[in-house]
Amino acid sequence: MSDLKRTGLYDIHVELGAKMVPFAGYDMPVQYPLGVMKEHIHTRTSAGLFDVSHMGQVLLRPKSGDVADAALALESLVPVSLLALKEGRQRYAMFTNDAGGITDDLMVANRGDHLFVVVNAACKGADIAHMQANLSDMCEIEVIEDRALLALQGPLAEAVLAAIAPVAEMKFMDVAIVGSDFGDLWVSRSGYSGEDGYEVSVSNDQAAAFARALLATDGVEPIGLGARDSLRLEAGLCLYGNDIDETTSPVEGAIEWAIQKVRRNGGERAGGFPGADRILNELENGAARRRVGILPDGRAPMRAHTLLFADETSDTTIGEITSGAFGPTIERPMSMGYVTTEHAATGNTIYAEVRGKRLPATVADMPFRPSTYKR
Amino acid sequence: MKFTEEHEWLRIEGDVVVVGITEHAAEQLGDVVFVELPETDQEVAKDDEVVVIESVKAASDILAPIDGEIVEVNTMLVDEPGKVNDDAQGDAWFFKMKPADLSQMDEMMDEAAYKAFIG
Repeated sequence: MSDLKRTGLYDIHVELGAKMVPFAGYDMPVQYPLGVMKEHIHTRTSAGLFDVSHMGQVLLRPKSGDVADAALALESLVPVSLLALKEGRQRYAMFTNDAGGITDDLMVANRGDHLFVVVNAACKGADIAHMQANLSDMCEIEVIEDRALLALQGPLAEAVLAAIAPVAEMKFMDVAIVGSDFGDLWVSRSGYSGEDGYEVSVSNDQAAAFARALLATDGVEPIGLGARDSLRLEAGLCLYGNDIDETTSPVEGAIEWAIQKVRRNGGERAGGFPGADRILNELENGAARRRVGILPDGRAPMRAHTLLFADETSDTTIGEITSGAFGPTIERPMSMGYVTTEHAATGNTIYAEVRGKRLPATVADMPFRPSTYKR
Repeated sequence: MKFTEEHEWLRIEGDVVVVGITEHAAEQLGDVVFVELPETDQEVAKDDEVVVIESVKAASDILAPIDGEIVEVNTMLVDEPGKVNDDAQGDAWFFKMKPADLSQMDEMMDEAAYKAFIG
């Protein structure tokens, strides 16, 4: 346990009575005294503050000085159009491997003369090595070690953060660097809860004061990893390592919406990323399996690794649950998982084997709860 | 009231024994979201898995604390599993048993011993 890393907000978590757990090498708050269910509801009705400082923050500075060169370089690692990403905008992307699997998902922002990249905590070492190995000719790769990352999510997020910095005019997936009493804040209007809100990078020496200022505001509660998971699941957002990984392609993972036409067959910059053969083929012809939303017909939650079947008796599985929990806002259990494409249609009844019993569930559209992004 | 190392409580009520989980156990489980109760009128043996309880964190079992017959279950918990967090040692009992041998309760902890047990 002693080798767990701590974020700049560790003392605040402990002071607030958080239950700390190891997560991706960090000692992180899984819940506060409010508890997972109330933290979830609070985020949907007021505002929740999340410490996501364990995630990796990286700047890609083009050696030519032209951000288009950094975009083109990064396009060699992701199937996403980054050349078209305008200054002040952010986009979802995924690193792929030669087999067409996903090695991480990430956010990429164009900040005028460089790109700002945010990657998952568990993958950041590998992601940084991957970028250093493949992008160093074109970019200076600057790993940000001295900044915390906080997410403020929920219907009150705008009013709360706008009292500290000019962020009210930003739209979903806008990014900006704004001045504040806590130094320059790197703000994006995004998050992973399905709520309107912001992610804010703040220097480590100001992070605790910034967090305390937010928490001192009426309507803001600290939210742990437990509620973060049920929030993102209600929002239909996949968690790297659970719902997508090295063995799942973007088409299987149902995140091909992030792959623009220009990178697909017939596009100006088609292919040119790892695993392009498989991914381009699946974009045209579909994949053998698909990530879908699954709503249990009964009240029993269907959790990760639960096996799925077409009917109550057959021995052959048609897939597996990858995430499952109770949805506090939708007030019912919810899951996502992979099923063979012939069973992936919305409304299709499938069966999950829970404690030896085949329980019915229905393939459902996601998000389970409509998101409230400010577009 | 008697307590087990499995964090159950037992209360004698006439000729039946009422069984639930302790407040400490409910707190450790976190918000309870699903309860599956046993059939009534069935004989069970001590340590049989009789109840499935799922919280926001995980699934766990409740074992029969003694031999006997399940005579009544608390169906309220099926519709309102969160009651387990609100009133674990009161209204949120799980089942009532007709004990086969009440002396099985003799070795169980009293409240003071249970408090010492959970530290």
